[in-house]
Amino acid sequence: MTPAPAGAAPTGPAPTEPALVELEDVDHVYPGGVRVLHQVSFRVDRGELLAVVGPSGSGKSTLLNLIGTLDVATSGTVRIDGHDIAGLTENRLSALRARSIGFVFQQFFLADGVSALDNVADGLLYLGIPRKERRARAARVLRRVGLGHRLDHRPHELSGGEKQRVAIARAVVGDPPLLLADEPTGALDTTSGASVVELLRELNAAGTTVLVITHDQELAAALPRRIRVRDGRITEGVPR
Amino acid sequence: MSRRPGPRHLTAARLAPRRLSLADTLRVGSVGLRTRPARVLLSALGIAIGIAAMVAVVAVSASSQAAFNAQLASVGTNMLTVTPGRDFTGEPAPLPRNAAEMVRHIAPVENAAATGSLKDAKVYRNDHIPKAASRGIGVLAAGLGLPRTVGLHMAAGAWLNGAQGRYPAVVLGTTAAENLGITTPGAQIWLGERWFTVTGILKKAPLAPELDSAALIGWDAAKTYLGFDGRPTMIYTRTADSKVDQVRGVLAATVNPEAPNEVTVSRPSDALTAKQAANQAFTSLLVGIGAIALLVGGVGVANTMVIAVLERRGEIGLRRALGATRGQIRTQFLTESVMLSALGGIGGAALGAGASAGYALSQNWQVVVPPWALGVGVGATMAIGALAGLWPAVRAARLAPRAALSGP
Repeated sequence: MTPAPAGAAPTGPAPTEPALVELEDVDHVYPGGVRVLHQVSFRVDRGELLAVVGPSGSGKSTLLNLIGTLDVATSGTVRIDGHDIAGLTENRLSALRARSIGFVFQQFFLADGVSALDNVADGLLYLGIPRKERRARAARVLRRVGLGHRLDHRPHELSGGEKQRVAIARAVVGDPPLLLADEPTGALDTTSGASVVELLRELNAAGTTVLVITHDQELAAALPRRIRVRDGRITEGVPR
Repeated sequence: MSRRPGPRHLTAARLAPRRLSLADTLRVGSVGLRTRPARVLLSALGIAIGIAAMVAVVAVSASSQAAFNAQLASVGTNMLTVTPGRDFTGEPAPLPRNAAEMVRHIAPVENAAATGSLKDAKVYRNDHIPKAASRGIGVLAAGLGLPRTVGLHMAAGAWLNGAQGRYPAVVLGTTAAENLGITTPGAQIWLGERWFTVTGILKKAPLAPELDSAALIGWDAAKTYLGFDGRPTMIYTRTADSKVDQVRGVLAATVNPEAPNEVTVSRPSDALTAKQAANQAFTSLLVGIGAIALLVGGVGVANTMVIAVLERRGEIGLRRALGATRGQIRTQFLTESVMLSALGGIGGAALGAGASAGYALSQNWQVVVPPWALGVGVGATMAIGALAGLWPAVRAARLAPRAALSGP
């Protein structure tokens, strides 16, 4: 039971502590017979900051969906936070997403006409937390990501970088162990992108496991660990 | 964040989704309404028009019925009339001269009065009016007890007294006075080739509309100046309320013992009631049209919801990613549909109640808006909203989160 040092991948053999994300011989075939993943296996320990990198069509988005429990693998085992996904009902998957996984998307998916504060507070909605507490926690997290002066601003009043910060705040407001970021800098200019990566580093340093999915080699190179995917197979990064 | 990395085991048993509170359910359900007010207004308007139409029709009909009941209570339902029928050859069978007197002898009859029609007498404003322009005013010889029996009230002046009944004096029905352009007593009119003085003008007579268009003169004056044969053409009677049917049974035989089948007996309040019932039957037709409008409104709501689900795939996917269950997505869109519809229902009920109140007031009716109509109206819209939202909500819930997030 040795907590992994923040921001650094453990170097020794597999620790006794169960992995946060574990894939074993995962195959995935889309309806119509397109085989997008071949025998993929890897694990992500708590406290890691890593990139899953590959060109478009490589299967990395499918990996995001499987790790995010938005889809279930055709065969093989996916374990998230100790749960075998294949054995969970739809409702338990929803509960697992609510508690264990925070999502950040390239397109932000913020609600128009709703303040930054309420957008972030919605991240706690499905945890059954009362509204007052949701808003209080949302305000705290927004201040942490440097948007304390933007609480009442609506998405159209924010810059792209600010929008992504709001989205990240929404993803981590419930304090999930795993943050999944899908091309988090894809819609941003270089400066905003760099500040978003910096924010992800800070969150990781504070204990959140961060998994970034990207086709951006430069972004991937800046992270401590990379898993490269090509044509549905892992080409680099496993085993560590 | 102060959480330190470490083992955090969640057993499957603890992985139960949390329920949203009612307030949160309503808040989430109204997100779509708050962000697209124009579309919400238009969809709700469709529902509102249907409900407004139905509430207005029901309320106008209820107000009209209340006004009718009040009128019937004031005129009474215990009046029976006797008119000449036809004999076996099809000729009109005149009533005996003493018919009114005979009727008065029936025990439960409280009073009776007769009128006799003077077919040849014409009425003109003055003696310069061409003969053809007689305006359809009938001249009737009337017994002095007529107002008491029929329940006539004077709009101006007074009814004929004993002396006037023998001299050329006339009382005009409300329509007759209007047609002649006479508003005050004292005027002279040209009646049956001589001048008669108007002593009074009657108010509308709901139970005896034939009097509205009549010029009424005394029984004796009719005989003296116009050659009246003294045969009544209509007898009005009032009877104790409980004995109306009984009297009705013996009236014909009393008036004309030799040929009771040549006498027609009727109850004018029945005619009023039948007319009112016919109006009410028309009401159900109008309510039906309102119901169709409501259905069309429901289709509008369904259409709005289908579009909302298509447009908000991203939001649906995001909510699933945040941990919403399929049931919670379904509830969200169902709630939205019911709220949208209820919005129209409440607006429409208010609109309909307002419109019918305005109409009732303009008719000098008491305003009656049945609460059940408002309740049923709003309830029906909510049911329609639920029905209209069901399919879109199920579709939204079935959307795979992966597909929803990758959509436009």
